[in-house]
Amino acid sequence: MAAARRFDRAAAAPAALLLLSFGGLAAAGVEDQAEQFFRSGHTNNWAVLVCTSRFWFNYRHVANTLSVYRSVKRLGIPDSHIVLMLADDMACNPRNPKPATVFSHKNMELNVYGDDVEVDYRSYEVTVENFLRVLTGRIPPSTPRSKRLLSDDRSNILIYMTGHGGNGFLKFQDSEEITNIELADAFEQMWQKRRYNELLFIIDTCQGASMYERFYSPNIMALASSQVGEDSLSHQPDPAIGVHLMDRYTFYVLEFLEEINPDSQTNMNDLFQVCPKSLCVSTPGHRTDLFQRDPKNVLITDFFGSVRKVEITTETISLQRDSGIMESSHEEGQRDEELMEPLKYAEQLPVAQIIHQKPKLKDWHPPGGFILGLWALIIMVFFKTYGIKHMKFIF
Amino acid sequence: MPAVHGGERRWEAEAAPGMAAARPLALLVLLVLGPGGWGFADPPRDSLREELVITPLPSGDVAATFQFRTRWDSELQREGVSHYRLFPKALGQLISKYSLRELHLSFTQGFWRTRYWGPPFLQAPSGAELWVWFQDTVTDVDKSWKELSNVLSGIFCASLNFIDSTNTVIPTASFKPLGLANDTDHYFLRYAVLPREVVCTENLTPWKKLLPCSSKAGLSVLLKADRLFHTSYHSQAVHIRPVCRNAHCTSISWELRQTLSVVFDAFITGQGKKDWSLFRMFSRTLTEPCPLASESRVYVDITSYNQDNETLEVNPLPTTTYQDVILGTRKTYAVYDLHDTAIINNSRNLNLQLKWKKPPENGYIHYQPAQDRLQPHLLEMLIQLPANSVTKVSIQFERALLKWTEYTPDPNHGFYVSPSVLSALVPSMVAAKPVDWEESPLFNSLFPVSDGSNYFVRLYTEPLLVNLPTPDFSMPYNVICLTCTVVAVCYGSFYNLLTRTFRIEEPSTGGLAKRLANLIRRARGVPPL
Repeated sequence: MAAARRFDRAAAAPAALLLLSFGGLAAAGVEDQAEQFFRSGHTNNWAVLVCTSRFWFNYRHVANTLSVYRSVKRLGIPDSHIVLMLADDMACNPRNPKPATVFSHKNMELNVYGDDVEVDYRSYEVTVENFLRVLTGRIPPSTPRSKRLLSDDRSNILIYMTGHGGNGFLKFQDSEEITNIELADAFEQMWQKRRYNELLFIIDTCQGASMYERFYSPNIMALASSQVGEDSLSHQPDPAIGVHLMDRYTFYVLEFLEEINPDSQTNMNDLFQVCPKSLCVSTPGHRTDLFQRDPKNVLITDFFGSVRKVEITTETISLQRDSGIMESSHEEGQRDEELMEPLKYAEQLPVAQIIHQKPKLKDWHPPGGFILGLWALIIMVFFKTYGIKHMKFIF
Repeated sequence: MPAVHGGERRWEAEAAPGMAAARPLALLVLLVLGPGGWGFADPPRDSLREELVITPLPSGDVAATFQFRTRWDSELQREGVSHYRLFPKALGQLISKYSLRELHLSFTQGFWRTRYWGPPFLQAPSGAELWVWFQDTVTDVDKSWKELSNVLSGIFCASLNFIDSTNTVIPTASFKPLGLANDTDHYFLRYAVLPREVVCTENLTPWKKLLPCSSKAGLSVLLKADRLFHTSYHSQAVHIRPVCRNAHCTSISWELRQTLSVVFDAFITGQGKKDWSLFRMFSRTLTEPCPLASESRVYVDITSYNQDNETLEVNPLPTTTYQDVILGTRKTYAVYDLHDTAIINNSRNLNLQLKWKKPPENGYIHYQPAQDRLQPHLLEMLIQLPANSVTKVSIQFERALLKWTEYTPDPNHGFYVSPSVLSALVPSMVAAKPVDWEESPLFNSLFPVSDGSNYFVRLYTEPLLVNLPTPDFSMPYNVICLTCTVVAVCYGSFYNLLTRTFRIEEPSTGGLAKRLANLIRRARGVPPL
């Protein structure tokens, strides 16, 4: 592992040079070292999954996001490392004939909502501002941890977005939009602040490729469901639920991901082949020019799974029951009894007390700057016009 | 090295949402016990009681109320606590950090219909409700309130961060502390409601994780989201308050109550039948009590055991019952104690079943809907009326427009609906003997009497006079006038334009009248015609 780290620090050097130098050596350990060099140098994984559409007929966008959420969780990324943003609630929507479920296929086999879902940003909280704040880390200090993207320079981040989009923009909740330039700038901020090691950006909207064409930060790989000028189409409707359940691109991506397990060696080239034009009708696109490594060396689990460096130890640890703690706390309990007087519960509706209580006066605050300034101005004007000698009439 | 006596304790160190860094591994901890043997020498500092109350409601629905109560004998404010056992660490840290005295947070979807379901144990408003009493050591209550709502929004995956000064109030009279209180300065109380808040699985998941047995054992195995949200009313709440530790009330314990109330709809879930069982409601049965709980009980309300000529049958039969005055009325509950091995022993699981048994005499309904201009509605019902009660039968109807020729010359008088007929068999106070029609007076032989315990009577209601919407009968005349005018003006003009020919006419040289007129004109000096 340390070897991989060292090589990664010199990631600026082209891979070809080192490969040549390796060709000279004939040691058996070279293969391992070479393999480790082409492995990513990340130590933790994060995922930011965003569904930007509101209203019941956009059920499929929530299903898209939840499918990716499910795959990512299944492959090992824990909830604390996933920021899930759903702009509307489909599972408990009054129009959902099967409450607490979101299905991806009309045979209703797979409930992608599951029993263990944690949505971090929901409903009205999914806004462009919150999304950009999550990415760049400029969050108000009182934000809870589950709503923060606490990535560092060794994090691989998966960003998945879906909704309604156009040429150069993505619509948020039918009331605002984010442009591709804003998104590219946000990623640049992340790069400057060393908030990611490598970033995989997947977008499933109409004309999705327009969203990644402005990226200029290194180590970003992007996939989109359709090219500029093309629409991404939905997969199939369900007659019982009454809406389209998923979009085609994400449906086939989900099918592909269901085959992956945490120790799978499938690489990104296979992900690029998912959903050819015959199945998707639109042409999925990808962009790898900003990415340092060759996509065929990038494992799917580098982004969708979670790094788990586990060392199994065979030694046993024995814990001693600390009798000191138990005794002292027991003594305190006894001490408490003597100190306090008997307590009582409050009366829930003391009518007599309520009738006779006086309304609490608001705390008096001295007049603020504006009022003072206004009065000063009035007095100044008065004395300028009439002269200072009139002051004796006031005092 | 002391030997291991008894069992071992193991629990999963699951990261409380939003609190600790991710640790996907499960920790296995072996607690080596001292030579004292199983169990602590001191009494445990915290205890868990879990309870499920199943109440069949008058409308045929069934309400289930779960309560999980953890009591912790600890002075959270004074000592720095580092060891949490049953009391969840996420909430314990909240209490000490924000100096809370009481916290009440609820998430509700639906509305409790008191008229049909009776009074609730604990109702909550639709959406999210949070009210908190802070300790009087807090200097900036508003700041603590804002930070607390943000932290809670992370813990429960809800948009509680939208709570700010625009939706927070300081009630002065309606919310007194529900726990121990020395003085009640309302300055330390804050209350906010978010009616738009949606409740779904993502709120239930962290709520379940706060339970000591999570959803793995005890009553919490019944908490499955796909059943709990398929209900007419779903309310989950967290209540933290200080309570008396003992009868003398000389020291404080912290009580955490997690409550969940759901009402299963007879129509949606029960498919119209009033038979209920735990499996039908929750798609699970109970297999064991939570090993960490000191009490684990299921109560079934059997007060209406023998009402309305329907008997409630509970299966398996309860071993004990509990009677008390609840919410003003005397109620009886069947008690099933999960710690009692006899209950679960037979079939390894407990599937409570409630069946309503009606007596064999059923009602009868005959309904023949109307066909326009062919036949009228006919509704016949056989009802058994309970004694000392009022039964109202009402029918809704809509008014429609008839064809204009079907109206009577005086339509504003209204239309008559024929009176209803009530044929009743009324129990007699005094038994009558069968009469001989030839011997008895005529007024006694109107209706044939089969047995003396009832007498037959036929009553009628008043006829109903319905005002139907009346059209404006002058409209045909208006329409004819307008149409004729338009036709005459337009068509007539066009016709004339198209068919009229113009001829130049020579002016006539004059007649007698003209010559006479010219004479008079010359005489006057006016130019001639």
